[in-house]
Amino acid sequence: MAQRTRQGLFALAVAMLAIGAWLGLSWAPPDREMGDVQRIMYVHVPSMWMALLAMTLNFACSIGYLLKKSWAFDSLAEASAEVGMLFGAVGLALGSIWARPTWGVWWTWDPRLTTAAILLVAYAGYLALRRFVEDPERRAVWAAVTGIVAFVDVPLIWYSVQWWRSIHQIQSSPKTVDPQMVLTLRWNTFAFLALGIFFIWSRYRVAQSERRHELAAPPTLPSAPQGLTASGVRL
Amino acid sequence: MNARHPPGLLEGAFLILRKDLLIEWHTRARLNALLFFALATLLIFSFALGPDTKLLEQNAGGYLWLAILFASLMALGESFRVERENASLDGLRLLPVNPRAVFLGKALGNAAILFGLSLVLIPVMVGLFGVSLALGLGSLGLILVLGCLAISAPGTLYSAIASNARARDVLLPLLLFPLIIPALLAAVKATSLVFQGDPMSQLNSWLLLLGGFNLTYWGLGVALFPQVIEE
Repeated sequence: MAQRTRQGLFALAVAMLAIGAWLGLSWAPPDREMGDVQRIMYVHVPSMWMALLAMTLNFACSIGYLLKKSWAFDSLAEASAEVGMLFGAVGLALGSIWARPTWGVWWTWDPRLTTAAILLVAYAGYLALRRFVEDPERRAVWAAVTGIVAFVDVPLIWYSVQWWRSIHQIQSSPKTVDPQMVLTLRWNTFAFLALGIFFIWSRYRVAQSERRHELAAPPTLPSAPQGLTASGVRL
Repeated sequence: MNARHPPGLLEGAFLILRKDLLIEWHTRARLNALLFFALATLLIFSFALGPDTKLLEQNAGGYLWLAILFASLMALGESFRVERENASLDGLRLLPVNPRAVFLGKALGNAAILFGLSLVLIPVMVGLFGVSLALGLGSLGLILVLGCLAISAPGTLYSAIASNARARDVLLPLLLFPLIIPALLAAVKATSLVFQGDPMSQLNSWLLLLGGFNLTYWGLGVALFPQVIEE
C-alpha cells in the first residue's frame, strides 16, 4: 500500500513537472525587462524553497529526536538533510545560470548568495558528521544537536534580502506579478514539493533499513564504543 | 570550598574554568605554540599579498579574525583532548555539577585564551600592517570580546562532538566554519571600522548583530551541551 502510494507520488511529480515545464517555457509571458531568461525563476525559486523546507524538516526532526529518541526522527532528519542539499545545490546552480546573463557574473558575494552557500557547506558538515560516527545512538544525538545549531543559517537566508538590500531581489508579492506567472510558479512549487516528498520518503526507507541493520548486527570490532545498545530507543 | 554542598551552576562553571586555565598555565608550551601559530598566520597573509602596505592595512580586520579563527581550532581541539586522556571526561560527567557548568567553564576558558591571543596580535598588526586605532581601544576591546565569545560557544559544543568522532581534525572546522562565518563577517566589518574610522556610524549595527549571534550561540550551547556529553 505504502509502496503504491510512493510510486503514485513519483508519477504525479513527473507529470506535474512536465506540465510545469510547458507552463514555464511557453504559456507564461516573458518578463518585460529580462525576457526569456526570467523563466529560470520557475525552477530556481521552487528548488530553493524545497531546500529551505527540507532543512526545516531536519530541524524539527532533530528536536523530535532529542525529545523522543525515536529512530524514525533520526532517519527522517538524515533523509531531509540529504534531499535539502540536493535541492539547494540545484537551486544555486540554476541561480548562477540566471545571474550570468542578468548580472553579468556567475557568482557575486551578495548576502543572499553568501548565506545560501553557507547553508550547503553547513549541511555538508552535518552529513560528514553522520559518516564519521559509527555508534548509531551517539550519531543520532550529535547529528540532532548539529542539525539544530546549523538551522541558524536558514532564517538568515530568508531575511538576508530584507536586512541587507543588495543585488538579489527581495520576495515578490503575488499582487504585483502577472497572474499567469503566479500560477506557473505555484504549479511548479507543488510539482517540486511532490518530487521532494518522494525523494525524502525513499531516502527515509533506506535510512530506516540501515538503522535496523546496524542495531541487529553485533559489534564486530573489539574497539567498538561501549554502550552500543538499543535499549530505551524505539525503532 | 564547601565539600558538602555541590556547587551551583556559576560556581561550577568557575571551577571548571579555573581547572582548564590552570592546566594551560602548567603546560605553557601549548599557549606559546598557539601564539606563534597565529603570528605565523599573520605573516603568511602579508607574504600572500606582497608588500602593498595600503592593501594590507585595508584588509587588516579580516587577517586578524582569520588568524584568531585558525588558532581557535587548536585551542578548541585541545580543550577536549585533555579530557580524553585518562578518560577524564567520565570524571567530569560524574562530578556533582550541572553539565551546563562544564560547557560554560570550558567555553569561557576558550574565549579567554582567544581574547588574550588577540590582545597580543593587535600591537603586532599596528607594527606590521601600519593600522591605526581610529575609534580607540574601548570599542576594539568590545569587538574582540564579542567575537571571541561568538567563536568559543559553538566551537566548544562542536569540539565536544568532534573530539569523539573519527577524523576529528577535519570535522571541527567543517562544522564550525560555516556556522560562524556570519558572526565573523560582523566582527571583521566592525574591526575594519575601528581601524579606518566610521564616518557613517555603522559600528553599532554590526555590534548588535554580533551580540545577537552571541545570544543565539550561547543559548543553543547551554541548552544542547548536556545531550552531547551524556552517555
